Amino acid sequence: MTAQASTPHQPLRSRSHTFWLQARSNRSFMTGIAITASVVAMALISFAWTPYDVLELDIASKLQSPSLSHWFGTDHFGRDILSMIMVGARNSIAVALVAVVIGIGVGVPLGCWAASRGGLMGEALMRGNDLIFAFPALLSAVIITAIFGPGAINAIIAIGIFNIPVFARLARGATLSLLTREFVLAARVAGKGSVRIIAEHILPNMANLLVVQGTIAFALGILQEAGLAYVGLGTQPPFPSWGKMLNEAQTMMSFAPHMAIVPGLAIVVTVLGLNLLGDGLRDILDPRLSKARE
Amino acid sequence: MIKALAHKLIWAALTLVVASVLVFFALEIVPGDPAEVMLGINATDEAIAALRKQLGIDLPPLQRYFAWVGGLLTGDLGTSYTYSVPVLELVTERVVVSLPLALMALFLSTAIAIPVGLIAAGKRGTMADTGIMAVTQIGIAIPNFWFALLLVYVLALWLQWVPAGGFPGWEKGWWPGLNALLLPAIALALPQAAILSRVTRSALLETLGEDYIRTARAKGLSRRATLSRHALRNALIPVVTIIGLQFAYLLAGTIIIENVFYLPGLGRLLFQAINLRDLILVESVVMLLVATIIAVNFLVDLTYVWIDPRLRSTNKAGNTATNRAGNTSGTEAQTDGAS
Repeated sequence: MTAQASTPHQPLRSRSHTFWLQARSNRSFMTGIAITASVVAMALISFAWTPYDVLELDIASKLQSPSLSHWFGTDHFGRDILSMIMVGARNSIAVALVAVVIGIGVGVPLGCWAASRGGLMGEALMRGNDLIFAFPALLSAVIITAIFGPGAINAIIAIGIFNIPVFARLARGATLSLLTREFVLAARVAGKGSVRIIAEHILPNMANLLVVQGTIAFALGILQEAGLAYVGLGTQPPFPSWGKMLNEAQTMMSFAPHMAIVPGLAIVVTVLGLNLLGDGLRDILDPRLSKARE
Repeated sequence: MIKALAHKLIWAALTLVVASVLVFFALEIVPGDPAEVMLGINATDEAIAALRKQLGIDLPPLQRYFAWVGGLLTGDLGTSYTYSVPVLELVTERVVVSLPLALMALFLSTAIAIPVGLIAAGKRGTMADTGIMAVTQIGIAIPNFWFALLLVYVLALWLQWVPAGGFPGWEKGWWPGLNALLLPAIALALPQAAILSRVTRSALLETLGEDYIRTARAKGLSRRATLSRHALRNALIPVVTIIGLQFAYLLAGTIIIENVFYLPGLGRLLFQAINLRDLILVESVVMLLVATIIAVNFLVDLTYVWIDPRLRSTNKAGNTATNRAGNTSGTEAQTDGAS
């Protein structure tokens, strides 16, 4: 399965030491972690400080190009775009992160359960996957919005629902593979029940896969949240979000292109960082898959 | 093979039935009475009751569900609460914009991605491969609606080569229509092409390690011929899986892109229907999109049998498109599947 899976009793300290040794020489991982850490730091700093208040309108300073006083310029209400990007990062990260937690929290137990029960349950799970895949996150969001109205919470639910089958499928595959391993058979012979085997032996050994997939789902969540906010189904004003900023910039592209370029770049850089981090993690944690890709 | 396909067809039909139940009953719990919304706050109770009867919304939910499904099967989608015209008429007017847009984007994405994937796999480890991989990595990170805004800024506003938005209608001729859809199709296609070219490269590299490829090379076949004649066909299953998933994504993606380019397609109709609480229209448009996605997944499964004759004698064709996407290694398949 993975490098770690083959040595399930390797001490934690030794494993983390090996991980960092490999990580330091992995360009993808180091670039990804640097970008992701910067975005997270920016979001965290925004709780305590932003250059300007994002809720304060300053019409006299509207549509200013980037300058020393406003590094990324101002919008049509005179709000500082850098401050809005910092606060917007919070929304993007929160929505994507909670959606990943929903995916893992529901999908992994479901996948493990279907694998351990086998037969019809496994089949039912895969058919459930087909059903959810027929509802892209955007369509789910449209339905949820039609029912409950737009908002960040509904965006989280829509993206989270879509994450469930992704993690369920991953967990089912990993569990089916791990259930045939000697250390699991030994645990079964020792009298451990299915739930205990999953908790003590299966989950720790699929953690690597979940971390990699979680990073990918996180990046996707950022893109989906931006898309939903762009069409008005995500975070609502007055709180800034990157997608909403792009929506507002659309009619001002000809005279204030910075209003569209900056939030777009923020999304691209964040997603790129997470994708690189995911690729790097996969190379380090799952060398066999990485080799197959090359 | 027929048994496997029948099995698949039954599952697709069941998925469709469950999806219809979900869509109908999810929208049933939407607060607000359409009759009250249509007649306004000054309407009398009698008038509201009469309109409820006329619209058929006074019937029990289960009866309305069966009436709705019966209508879907016979082409009678009911009458829009707000436009007061048959839903089928509204949907037909809009689908002629959204469907060509999604198909154009799919064509562009495939036409770009497969050659790029072939080049990257053929020149593995070279500067060209590294460059392609770097560009596709960035491509995956670009939101299509932002890319659309940049295209509008550069090609429409700055260079003035193409219109910035709107759709003249097919009655003005093919060329003005295609011209209006070109920029939106490029915006939808390029980020998807980035994903597909990575999948193509990965699948080709996996196939290039097979014994029959070594045999073909040992027999004197050139690298290019081996790639195009032997490796590509055998690498097609994951590629076709992703193309199938991309169609679903592109169809849903038109919802956003139509807003960027002010195109009168299904996506804009859907948003207008939500804002106007025109639930019968929302239900029908969502169901149409979902049914198309399920149908495309079924077609993808049929394509597997055509690509890989071995599947004709086994029941492997029973596996689903999404299962196969899961078997495709790496970020790309999952990235695409989750869109």
